[in-house]
Amino acid sequence: MNHAADLPLWAAIPVALLLLLGSGLALTGSIGLLRLKSFYERLHAPTIGTSYGIFCVLLASVIFFTVMQSRLVMHEVLIGIFVVVTTPVTLMLLGRAALHRDRLEGKDPTHPVEQREAAE
Amino acid sequence: MTVALLTWSLLAAQLMLGAAMLCATYRVLKGPRAQDRVLGLDTLYVNGMLLLLTFGIRSGTTLYFEAALVIALLGFVSTAALAKFLMRGEVIE
Repeated sequence: MNHAADLPLWAAIPVALLLLLGSGLALTGSIGLLRLKSFYERLHAPTIGTSYGIFCVLLASVIFFTVMQSRLVMHEVLIGIFVVVTTPVTLMLLGRAALHRDRLEGKDPTHPVEQREAAE
Repeated sequence: MTVALLTWSLLAAQLMLGAAMLCATYRVLKGPRAQDRVLGLDTLYVNGMLLLLTFGIRSGTTLYFEAALVIALLGFVSTAALAKFLMRGEVIE
């Protein structure tokens, strides 16, 4: 950690705060994945980590390397753009697959049970 | 001062990300159905990527960034392929 000794305090405070905020959001999303009841509720929980969590940690990394190397270091933006573009695609594919599997078993989660029994 | 601040905040961030990876691992191992396991794997690789970024800040090299980028690329491809497999029963039609 000795390379950070010449990092000024005005840069170290936002880096530390953004790191704590980003990892806290990722932990919140994962606890949601652990505790929510049905699959369709759990599908939403990790997206807080993949949007704001990644944004905060990447911003901390950009500030740290920009101040350390005293030039603009922006290559973390590549990860940010990639994850923001691909996460909705994967989760939508996964949600459609789960819906398909539920419908094959005769359980349609888009209709409440009472309506389904009334229709039969 | 700055070294202590960064060291402790990095340690706390890495502990939180490790706990997040444990939650995702539990969902992969336990998950009632296959789609829960795939979702847990997706969360696991995102948290692992964040952990690699914090390791990069701790060591001060941009080497970890490339590993994180590779994890992001391969994670997207693997989750998309697994979701396709759950949907159709085969990956490439």
